[in-house]
Amino acid sequence: MTTPTKSATSKQRKQEEPVIHILWMNAGLSCDGDSVALTAATQPSIEDIVLGVFPGLPKVAVHWPLIDYESGPMQGADAFIEWFFKAARGELDPFVLVVEGSIPNESLKREGYWTGFGNNPDTGQPMTVPEWLDRLAPNATGIIAAGTCATYGGIHAMAGNPTGAMGVADYLGWDWRSKAGLPIVNVPGCPIQPDNLSETVLYLLYQLAGQAPMIPLDQALRPTWLFTATVHEGCDRAGYYEQGQFATEYGTPECLVKIGCWGPVVKCNVPKRGWMNGIGGCPNVGGICIACTMPGFPDKFMPFMDEPPGAHVSSTISEAYGSVIRTLRGFTFRTVDKEPKWRRKGRELLTGYKAPWS
Amino acid sequence: MTTSSEQGRELVEMAWDPITRIVGSLGVYCKIDFANRQVAECYSTSSIFRGYSIFMKGKDPRDAHFITSRICGICGDNHATCSVYAQNMAYGVRPPHLAEWIINCGEAAEYMFDHNIYQENLVGVDYCEKMVRETNPGVLAKAERTEAPHAEDHGYKTIADIMRSLNPLEGDFYREALAMSRLTREMFCLMEGRHVHPSTLYPGGVGTVATVQLFTDYMTRLMRYVEFMKRVVPMHDDLFDFFYDALPGYENVGRRRVLLGCWGSLNDPDHCDFTYENMGDWGRKMFVTPGVIVDGRLVTNDLVDINLGIRILLGSSYYDDWVGATDPFVTHDPLGNPVDIRHPWNQHTIPRPQKRDFTDKYSWVMSPRWFDGKDMLALDTGGGPIARLWSTALNGLVDIGYVKSTGHSVLINLPRTATKPEKTFEWKIPTYKGEPLSNALERNRARSYFQAYVAACALHFAEQGLNEVRQGRTQTWEPFTVPDEAISCGFTEAVRGVLSHHMVIRNGKIANYHPYPPTPWNASVRDSYGTPGPYEDAVQNTPIFEENSPENFKGIDIMRAIRSFDPCLPCGVHMYLGEGKLLRTLHSPHAFTAP
Ligand code: SF4
Ligand code: SF4
Repeated sequence: MTTPTKSATSKQRKQEEPVIHILWMNAGLSCDGDSVALTAATQPSIEDIVLGVFPGLPKVAVHWPLIDYESGPMQGADAFIEWFFKAARGELDPFVLVVEGSIPNESLKREGYWTGFGNNPDTGQPMTVPEWLDRLAPNATGIIAAGTCATYGGIHAMAGNPTGAMGVADYLGWDWRSKAGLPIVNVPGCPIQPDNLSETVLYLLYQLAGQAPMIPLDQALRPTWLFTATVHEGCDRAGYYEQGQFATEYGTPECLVKIGCWGPVVKCNVPKRGWMNGIGGCPNVGGICIACTMPGFPDKFMPFMDEPPGAHVSSTISEAYGSVIRTLRGFTFRTVDKEPKWRRKGRELLTGYKAPWS
Repeated sequence: MTTSSEQGRELVEMAWDPITRIVGSLGVYCKIDFANRQVAECYSTSSIFRGYSIFMKGKDPRDAHFITSRICGICGDNHATCSVYAQNMAYGVRPPHLAEWIINCGEAAEYMFDHNIYQENLVGVDYCEKMVRETNPGVLAKAERTEAPHAEDHGYKTIADIMRSLNPLEGDFYREALAMSRLTREMFCLMEGRHVHPSTLYPGGVGTVATVQLFTDYMTRLMRYVEFMKRVVPMHDDLFDFFYDALPGYENVGRRRVLLGCWGSLNDPDHCDFTYENMGDWGRKMFVTPGVIVDGRLVTNDLVDINLGIRILLGSSYYDDWVGATDPFVTHDPLGNPVDIRHPWNQHTIPRPQKRDFTDKYSWVMSPRWFDGKDMLALDTGGGPIARLWSTALNGLVDIGYVKSTGHSVLINLPRTATKPEKTFEWKIPTYKGEPLSNALERNRARSYFQAYVAACALHFAEQGLNEVRQGRTQTWEPFTVPDEAISCGFTEAVRGVLSHHMVIRNGKIANYHPYPPTPWNASVRDSYGTPGPYEDAVQNTPIFEENSPENFKGIDIMRAIRSFDPCLPCGVHMYLGEGKLLRTLHSPHAFTAP
């Protein structure tokens, strides 16, 4: 999605000015919900970024399947996929790769593909996401994993899955660095809170333009300003929690911890920021927090509608403040902030599913 | 990529993969006859497999709606809703009326949002000034000279002005629609917490705290959308009518036999008790009436018939057959009717990854069909709205003032808004030379009308919900217990059409769960009987009007045909196109011809 009325030639001329390309690959195992959510962002909106409404923002060209103007045939006029081949050949610099969806393990089987994005010109078969990552990662200036599937595996990586899905960092390595020295940037959320992602993109663009220092990330590669506080810390029902008033039915204004809210051990700003324009969210509007931003999602939080183990202890002694609760939580934190062990590379499927093709 | 001669015709292979401006990845592979300006053959392929039915096995049934919401990133809430309906049936729980009105308000907002962003920001681009200039300069010249018949309603003087307003980002209507898609998502979040995977939906009701303020916040936004509709509908009528006028024969782009399915949506809490036994009756009380329509005739509107007719065929997809390999989960439905082994209740998903081969297996999409007692019908949804309006119109059952079905059309009565007086729109069943017509432009036109239809319905839902609150009936959830054994189903309309969820519970856990969203119906591949799926069928024989030569060919008519179905499914349609300078340099023929 570049500014629309430019003809092809003037687009080429434009490339002589520094342009940062954003290549969006939605072909991981996803629902495309992060693409859709991004169109809801307002702080900033995608129009703000593409039209460059911020002072000092570098020019960007976004290649994003969801709303791309280009939709010509492969290797013909206006082929969308051509940008990705260019980037793989090293002809597009600099570019930031956005990955949406988890990375299936394509080495579990003899042939075929779990997911493809365009075709491999050598074989005519669909080009898989790991093949693309192998080609694109060395040339990328930065990589953003958008949504919990891409960051940690997410829903498609739950126990019993047949595809061996994992996050981008599980595939490329947690200590992966781009040629410019950037780690993978993880923006989890199922889907991403719209502004969380657009704001992270904005930060990175400023960083690439030399106007911001290295993006601050925690050990799970999350931007710290978005993912340090817990849901509980930002929840407007915490007053009820403190008073020991717990809902036993859905639809009432009290604290939801006894009917499934994981807020006390989940890092996410949604109750505070709202879902969009300050409206909606989760526990703040009556929905239990199912921990959709967490590396341990979903397995470590199911069944979602039951009271979290340990929540009882902390809620019955909720009047006692301080280190007791924090120590208890610290223990749970460490478990839920880790992915289940089956999300990794290799030729073996460790999810518990017995593959009929093997 | 290669040119071949078949029966004396020069056919050029071309592929669009992935297709942009849809949700998910879809590829279409075509053989095009440029001399006769026609698509000769088309294959659609989906390039993704995730395995929901596999990893849901053994999970707690109450997790089903949280999990299945993640099937789709633009209509996930339709899945969550459908799953909640199926769970309500399994647990024998009937939510309070208020909860149903809240879900209806939320789902109505989803239709308003999704059809709007898709129509203007994704499909609309195919009809924008820039695209028309690059594909049919002759048509643009005519559009500049053509005055818009409803200019007074929407404010654009000529058809070309409408097209310019749809130019990506620059067009003022394009930007306004994008902003409107956010307003409607706020309405959605008020009712269901988060878009697109809701946080407040549960079996038994909702967690939303129902107050006067909830409905005030919703209504103030809704009235702005109602006003917007008074411009949207006439503007799209003008645009689509112009295409028929400027390009005689455009009726045949994306045209397909009328084989439409609609599973009904938006329950009436006064009637819907979520029992299987009464499903036919409460189905007919839905605010969008269910129906199977063949050649313009209504075959059934009974959800029990609809349920029992569903068959899943494997055909050209990468799965092993389960028939013969497994025992059925369900031999009879709760009414004692026999259930087929190919019914979703009895389905097993057994993936067999393999090379893509267009002469054999080429997609991860199976082929759902509907058995009418004689034939396995490849029903489509036309992207949702055309089937919903058609079924609602023919059934003649809905009458709530704001909307009314006449038996042959649907009336939409919009109240006065900030700057515009009351307005009535009438959607009529489309015909061409006396025949019922289902094609690209009519699918798109129905989308605009359905936006107005559902906005009008939302007025009713919000009024009913607010009334419950004013009467002090604020409970939104009803407790339930999960039984050890149960079978159940849920039916609704996802934004793009039919949606069903089928569940079998054993030992208190999910033993089988099979969701069928619209895109498998539409994007299905050649089935075991060789019957092509709807996209394939609609694109095959589509005439080509694009003025470009094969070298610069964009395939705009093909893209318009495909996009009219509103493809969504994290899935791919790939289309294939050859000739052109680059294409000839290819050494290896593509998978389309290679085994
Ligand atoms: S609802 Fe959840 S996040 Fe809010 S106070 Fe209760 S436990 Fe904390
Ligand atoms: S509050 Fe919980 S469920 Fe809601 S977005 Fe944050 S992590 Fe996900």
